[in-house]
Amino acid sequence: MQPTTGTQPASFELVSVPVAFVLFLLLAFVVAAQTPDPLMAIQAWTFVAGIGITLGWFAKRYSEGVPEDDRGAYANDIVKAGVVASMFWGIAGMLVGVVIALQLAFPTLFYFDALPELNFGRLRPLHTSAVIFAFGGNVLLATSFYVVQRTSKARLAFGLWPWFVFWGYQIFILVAGTGYLLGVSQGREYAEPEWYADLWLTLVWVVYLLVFLGTLWKRKEPHIYVANWFYLAFIVTVAMLHIVNNLAVPVSWIGIKSYSAFAGVQDALTQWWYGHNAVGFFLTAGFLAIMYYFIPKQAERPVYSYRLSIVHFWSLIFLYIWAGPHHLHYTALPVWAQTLGMTFSIMLWMPSWGGMINGLMTLSGAWDKLRTDPVLRMLVVSVAFYGMSTFEGPVMSIKAVNSLSHYTDWTIGHVHSGALGWVGFVSFGALYCLTPWLWRRQRLYSLSLVEWHFWVSTIGIVFYITAMWVSGIMQGLMWRAYNEFGFLEYSFVETVEAMHPYYIIRAFGGLLYLSGAFIMVYNLYRTARGDVRESEPLTLKPQLAAA
Amino acid sequence: MDYDTIASFSRSYGTIYLMVLFLALCAYAFWPRNKDKFDRAAQMPLDKDD
Repeated sequence: MQPTTGTQPASFELVSVPVAFVLFLLLAFVVAAQTPDPLMAIQAWTFVAGIGITLGWFAKRYSEGVPEDDRGAYANDIVKAGVVASMFWGIAGMLVGVVIALQLAFPTLFYFDALPELNFGRLRPLHTSAVIFAFGGNVLLATSFYVVQRTSKARLAFGLWPWFVFWGYQIFILVAGTGYLLGVSQGREYAEPEWYADLWLTLVWVVYLLVFLGTLWKRKEPHIYVANWFYLAFIVTVAMLHIVNNLAVPVSWIGIKSYSAFAGVQDALTQWWYGHNAVGFFLTAGFLAIMYYFIPKQAERPVYSYRLSIVHFWSLIFLYIWAGPHHLHYTALPVWAQTLGMTFSIMLWMPSWGGMINGLMTLSGAWDKLRTDPVLRMLVVSVAFYGMSTFEGPVMSIKAVNSLSHYTDWTIGHVHSGALGWVGFVSFGALYCLTPWLWRRQRLYSLSLVEWHFWVSTIGIVFYITAMWVSGIMQGLMWRAYNEFGFLEYSFVETVEAMHPYYIIRAFGGLLYLSGAFIMVYNLYRTARGDVRESEPLTLKPQLAAA
Repeated sequence: MDYDTIASFSRSYGTIYLMVLFLALCAYAFWPRNKDKFDRAAQMPLDKDD
């Protein structure tokens, strides 16, 4: 971090972002002082704390002049920050996951009358939001900023505003997450934060879109690489989904509570239009962008078929947006809308498997690398899990199957084969790539620790999803069992009791997965520090040695 | 506009719209003149960066 005199960013660029944060700091102070609602006061003070940390970080970074990274061909520090944030929120979110899995198996665990913050109902959205938006979101921020610069041969646009996106997003996570613990929730699946946090995220997200578009605008390549198309679809669609789903009227400008613009079945459909496309555009499109950049890069081969990637992209985004109604089978939603959702879900088999084949076949002619490169293996296995869960999803969207699977643990198992196997592994693979690239290390600290991570986590996933299959199908069968007099065979509590052993197996699987993540964090930390494990010294690459 | 009108409109024109869209994107992807552009694009992640 040495002072520089070269082409420094304009002083306007240096000042505008901290000034914007100071304005919001003042706003948060006013709300904290004015509100009669103690919960709103805590939320406002949390904003103050978050912005305070951000301003402190800016002051430290620029105290000795403009850092070198601000003048480089590419902005790397922000990607490094995203890698660190991903690891932090990943561990936090998975840890809460293990806690709530244990709470399901042992309901009195971590239960205290005086501490409603630790109730399952509050920790559960903390887990889902932390792993999806905090961990997954930071992985997408970091990789999108890395990939768009490399494939555009241009530095991120708009000076310090990418840092506004990064810090603004962390502040959103902080406010949303602490809000859940306090019991602040608008009760919308994967969209629990209240109106003020939603507005803040909207602002951050629009700046993210502008930074991404501005960078593409400056590109020195004529063609926009397919990964950027996927990132763009992710950013644009999430903006649209977030704004529509969260349309609401606050009761007061200094209060927590708001009321949704929608009611009844329209509200249900809006929520699942949002909910399923959060899966389609956040957890699928965004991470497919990672697949299309990191697998070719790590395998040192171009993608199997670029043309297929174009067909994959456009057919995926035009079909996914219609699949949401499959979450509302046998509800008040009109039957034609249910059938429409089911039909589009079935059609999604084609682009999903087209994309999976494209990712896997990139390895064609280089399959031996799977044996020697555990990072590449992690990326490739993630694509295999993608294929598996996108096969299972359409099957479950068929109404006859859904009548058995809906509201059961089968759904939880399906979600986690996608989340742990696909999203988690492709993210880990990208983090294993990015850390040595960004910190300029020749190699990871230890490849055998990557092997350990891979196997511990894979076994964890297998425990998790098989337990949920058995538990979910058993649950569904018990719910629909009648005795010879036409009465239900089982009471609800009997079905809960029957699931107990599977809940323990699931918690064990989750614990293994979390342990794998800890191994990764240790490995990446040592890599960033520049260490190389003594038992695995650096050697010439085999082909170089042979030549 | 009643339920049946909307339903029949989405069944017929919705199908045509998606079909045309799909054919158009396939034409774009497989148009012979675009081959060089896409071959070059496929190499983009492999460029030496930094």
